[in-house]
Order: sequence, then structure tokens, then C-alpha cells
Amino acid sequence: MKKLMTGDEAIARGAYEAGVTYASAYPGTPSTEILENLATYKEIYAEWAPNEKVAMESAIGASVAGARSMVSMKHVGMNVAADPMFTWAYMGVNGGNVIVTADEPGMFSSQNEQDNRNYAKAAKIAMLEPSDSQECIDMVKAAYELGEKFDTPFIIRMTTRVCHSKSIVELKDRAEVPAKEWSKNPAKYVCLPAIARNLRAKLEKRMETLAEYSETSEFNRVEMGDTKIGVIASGVCYYYAKEVFGENASYLKLGFTNPLPANLIKDFCYKVDKVYILEENDPYIEEFVKQQGCDCIGKELFPSYGELTPDVIRACVTGEQPKLMEYDKTKLIGRAPTFCAGCPHRGLFYRLGKRKDIMISGDIGCYTLAAGKPYQAMDSTVCMGASISIGHGAQRTFNAEGKGRRVVTVLGDSTFFHTGINSLINTVYNKSNTVNIILDNRITGMTGHQNNPGTGYTAKGEETTLIKIEDLVRAIGVKHVYVINPNNLQEVDDTLDKCLALDEPSVIITRWPCVLKKFSKEDRGEFDNLFATKNKVDPEKCVGCRLCLKAGCPAMSYDKTAKKVTINRAQCVGCDVCTQVCPKDAIAKED
Amino acid sequence: MTKSILLVGVGGQGTILASKILTTGLMEAGYDVKMSEIHGMSQRGGSVSSQVRYGEKVMSPVIEKGKADIIVSFEKMEALRALDYLKEDGTLVVNNEEIPSMSVITGEETYGDDILEEIEKHVKAKVVNATALAEELGNVKAANIILLGTIIKAMGLEHIDWDGILEANIKPQFVELNKKALKVGMDALA
Repeated sequence: MKKLMTGDEAIARGAYEAGVTYASAYPGTPSTEILENLATYKEIYAEWAPNEKVAMESAIGASVAGARSMVSMKHVGMNVAADPMFTWAYMGVNGGNVIVTADEPGMFSSQNEQDNRNYAKAAKIAMLEPSDSQECIDMVKAAYELGEKFDTPFIIRMTTRVCHSKSIVELKDRAEVPAKEWSKNPAKYVCLPAIARNLRAKLEKRMETLAEYSETSEFNRVEMGDTKIGVIASGVCYYYAKEVFGENASYLKLGFTNPLPANLIKDFCYKVDKVYILEENDPYIEEFVKQQGCDCIGKELFPSYGELTPDVIRACVTGEQPKLMEYDKTKLIGRAPTFCAGCPHRGLFYRLGKRKDIMISGDIGCYTLAAGKPYQAMDSTVCMGASISIGHGAQRTFNAEGKGRRVVTVLGDSTFFHTGINSLINTVYNKSNTVNIILDNRITGMTGHQNNPGTGYTAKGEETTLIKIEDLVRAIGVKHVYVINPNNLQEVDDTLDKCLALDEPSVIITRWPCVLKKFSKEDRGEFDNLFATKNKVDPEKCVGCRLCLKAGCPAMSYDKTAKKVTINRAQCVGCDVCTQVCPKDAIAKED
Repeated sequence: MTKSILLVGVGGQGTILASKILTTGLMEAGYDVKMSEIHGMSQRGGSVSSQVRYGEKVMSPVIEKGKADIIVSFEKMEALRALDYLKEDGTLVVNNEEIPSMSVITGEETYGDDILEEIEKHVKAKVVNATALAEELGNVKAANIILLGTIIKAMGLEHIDWDGILEANIKPQFVELNKKALKVGMDALA
């Protein structure tokens, strides 16, 4: 049966067909849909882990115990998972293990653009790079077969365009693969120095064997055409190159990219007059080709950041710019993403942004949008969980200076569970006095609503223990813990005042569910009248001062003719933030 | 020859469902199809786009600037923003809908009242009141399928069994509405 699938759906399908029984992940664009799709197959046990390191370790455990397992993550997630991954490479697998990394050339939803092929090389793990959805299926299946044959985990390196582009795939049946037998084997699985030294030598042998295999892999193939230009490409760049050069070039399409096939590359380079290396981000293939003594053109011509889409390649090779319509660009308005109408982050950041003398240490999530106008309530964002520890270092420094400057840290519920919790332990242990705000909207919001340890539900939708953040932070030793409704601006102000005056660490949990969430029965029980009302502006009272618009609600707009603010009824969910901002009491609930 | 269709709009307008119906129909008609979307921020009021390419054998899933055969914009300003992608003799369909962005709401920027005029300086746009037409059908959310109808008409894809595709991909209670919406869209371009 044929079907249109995204690369993410196809990775999950490949795992299903390969007989995978265990999968773990932490959500992160553009990888999230892999585990979401894995969870839809009843044959696969799939779970959300609190972070990528835990997901990686769980998938290692499943493999050691004999299952075919998968772990998927966005590129920066691999930094978190790297610690177990590097030693896992030494050990080798029992049941096959595939590690999927979803890189982001162009940084559509990421804080950096790292090229994770470097991880495969550094950790000495075999790697495959699919170009489209069919290859996602084929490569996942091959990775389990080859991984068990050569005793290695496999990295599958995706990019946003492979993850989120749809192309046609052929669906096949699932192969039921019984779990491999587990037996005690410390010489393989206990990486003490004496054992690790043995495994280290074996790892080199394995890479040599894999390098030989790479020469004949079906995923590394030559397509000879015109020999004036030879293109070596991997991932979606292969299709970009075909779009630009068509029949006017020869191609070496590389899919098995760690180890790279030295002889295949040399042979190809001898057959063509000029070699272009087309790869997004780092000169990973290019450096290898040059090491083989082959001349090639890579990053001196093609950019080492951003996407290498056909127009970029065309402009680099021919110097031609496409003829575009030259319209008046000054007429464009910006359209940055923004907090939804009813977003529980609005009330907090509207008030927090008014305090100009504090440093706000931010984190990764929807709430990072508070850095922009109209809130401008964020002074740093680095990586998952960093808000609390960066805030700690900054507060210590400000305290030493003695100028009394205060630090407020902000992060979401899922981000707190991810790695924020470690940072909070540090804050308590090292006697900081930061104000730490955990935005508990009862879901992992930014990536499209995945359950987390605070929601009471698993990736498969089963009920589970709901871990209460307030209990957790009290257990860590935080004495000042406040749970507040962020839509109540007075409560926000009062609690901030109280916490900023303390010389001990405090935690403020702003609790109100994400407006886009599918509410659980627990949500409906805990929160009254959840988004069930509408607000309206009384035109008699509205003086058109537009102060309410500074709260940044997309449901509100200014009617230039009437010189009054109006509320879009279809969007308003009655959060009441605007009601509290209006100095004329002109906004109230509908009757 | 590979054809390129670009759908642009604002998060929440239904571009993703429209492109899903479109690509499913194209696949069942025997074309090779690729579609590329950038989402992640799409539910939060940002600009969104779906790129659809079809033909005998499609290579790149993304459309180059200046190469789209047709752009269908679900919103006026997004049509202007997407003009770079239209090829010289390409078709532009614009839904006559104005959605202010946050910078407009807070008064930092002004949504000009001459956006259609600016577009018309460069290309003869086909302006459709899809939102109003959908309201006439009784559900404003059908605007996306009306706009899909304009693509089908403009690209000469009427021979595909769209009613069957809608039946297989849309909740039963909305199938009749969307069948009507598709015809309204096709007629709007006639």
C-alpha cells in the first residue's frame, strides 16, 4: 500500500516494520512526531522520558535486555544524551538500537544549528542519512539488521526538511522479532577501565569492518551522467542537487555516512572533472574527501550555515539570481509568533516585564516569546533547564557586588522536569536567593502538547502518578513555595514582591492550563470555568487609550474609525487579563 | 514537468488540511508528490506555508524563489510576502482577508489599506472572498476548502475524484459542507 508520509512518520513506520518493541524520547522540534507516531502502534511500548539522557539510557537498557529499541531527539537533545551514548558505543548492542537525531539547518525552532554527524564520528557510531520518507523506512530497517550483525548502535541523522516533508512510501508488514536472550556479560556491559580498554580496541576493529561494509552499502550509490560535474551529496541535499543539475551531472549519493566509503569516493572523483560536495552545515564529507587526496569544491563555494536549498546552490554555482517581483517591502508587517489568546503566560510576563531593575533568566519553551515586544521580559536563553542555574551564577555575582540587583528565573513545567530540577538542587545547596518561577501549564506546550511527569498521563494516554511540582521543590528544600493563578495580576505582583524581598531561594508556580490543551478530567476538576467565558468592551466607557493592547492579546484590536478597542469574540476565552489592565473598567464579562 | 503550488497564510487558517487533501488527491491520481511544511510555531499566530510539488518524478520538496506555478494566499499580507516565490506568468489567488499581527495590535506597525493595490502593481491577482463565501455556506472554517477549490481549477485538476478524497479524509458530518465548498472555490475562479 502506498501512503504519503512525513519523514518522522516514516521513521516510526520503519521501526514498526522492523519489529521494534521499545521506544523513548523527549519532545523537540523537528523530532517530536517520531515518538508520537511510535505510540500509535499497539505493538510498540513508547514513552516520554523527562529528558534525552534518560530516554537514551532507557533505550540502552531495553537493547541490553534483548529488545529492538529506538530513541529519538532533536539535535540539541543529543548534547544531553551524549554521556551514555559515547560509552554505549563501546559496549555494542544485544537487541538492535537506533538513535535518531533531527538536526535543524536554518534553525526554524532551535537555539543553534549544530551538525550532529560530528557526534557519530566522535562517538564512533555507525550512521545513516535518509533523503526522503521511503529511505527513512528502509534505513531504519537496515539499521536494526546491520546493528545486530556488526554489534553497534546506529545513528540516523535527519534534518527538518526530511522530518517534515511528505513523500510517497510503500508500506510493508511488521516482522515480529523475538527479544534476544539476556545473560550476565560484564565483559561487554560493565565499563570499568580494565573492561573499557578492551572494548576500546574492539571499537576500532568494528569501525574498520564497518568502513569495508560502507563501500558496498546499498545506501551509497553512484549515478553516472555527464562527467563534467560530479556531485557528492547526502540527505535532502541529494534531491536539491538533482533539482539543480538534473542529467547534467554525475552523482555519488551517500546514505551510509559513518564510516564513509573511501574507495567509492576516490573512484568517483577520478571519473569526473569537477567535484561539488553538497552537504548542509559542516564540511563533514568534504574534509574526508580532501583527506583522501581528492580535489573538491565545498564550503569555499557553498554556505556552511542555513539550508542548501536549490536556489542557494544555483546562486553559488552560476552566480545567477532569480528574477523576482520587486514589490514595496516597506508595506510588509512583521508576523512573529505570539502568545495565544488566553495563554496563561500573558499575565505573568505582562507584569514581570514592568520590573526594569531585575535580570530575567529564561529558558526554552513558548514563554521564550516573552523576550519580544510587548513584554521584553527575558534577558537570557541558552538551553533546556539553564534558567535556574544561569540565574544562580548571576545572582551570586550581583550579591558579591552588593548592589542589590535581583534575578528571576522562568521555565516551564516540562523544562523543569527535564533538567531544571538539577539546577534548583544546586540553588538550594549553594544558598542562592533567586526567585524561580515554574510556569505550570500542565502540558509540554511548544512542541504541540505532549504529556510529561506533571500531567498524570503517559505517551500512550494511560493514567499514571501525577508528580506535583510543589511537593518536589519542597522536598528539595525550598521553604518559600507559592502556587498562584497567573491570570490574577494582583496575585502576580504581590507574590513577586514577597519573593524578591527574601534572602533565601523561592519558587513561584504559576498554574493554569495551556489554552490549546485538550483538558483532562483532572484539569476540569481543578480549574473553575476553564476558558468558558467571553469578555467584551463597553464602548461607552472605553476612552481608546489602548493600554489594554500592551498586554499583547491577539483577540484584541483597535478600531481606528470608532477610536475604541474591540474583542474578537471567536478568539476570546475570558482569561480576564485585559479586564485588570483597563484603567477605566471598560472591559467586563459578557452577560 | 514538476508543478509547484505554494499555500501561505496565518497559523490556524487551515492551510495544513487543505494541502493534505490536495497531496492525497495528487498521489491517488498517480503523480509523484512531495510536500514541505515548516511548523512548530504555527499555532501561535505566525506566518505559515505549505509547499506542494507534483509531477512524474519530484526531486526537491521545496519550491525555489520565482518558481511557484501558483500561490494561494489565505490572507492579504501573506500574499505580498510570498510574491518572491511566484514565477513570471504564475497565478496568484488571494483571500480578501486581513489578519492583524501583534505588532499591528500594539500599534507599532500599521496594516496598510493598499495591500491589494501593491500586489496588483506586479501581478494580476485573483481575489476571492473565501471567508464571506464560507459564511454563506454556514461555516467560516470551510474557507480553506474553498481556496483548495481555486487551486484545483487553476491547475486543471478537476478530473481527480475530490469528493472521494474528502469522504476518506474529513469527519463525516463535514463532508457535504466541504464538497460544496470545493465547488464554490472552483466556480469562484471560473
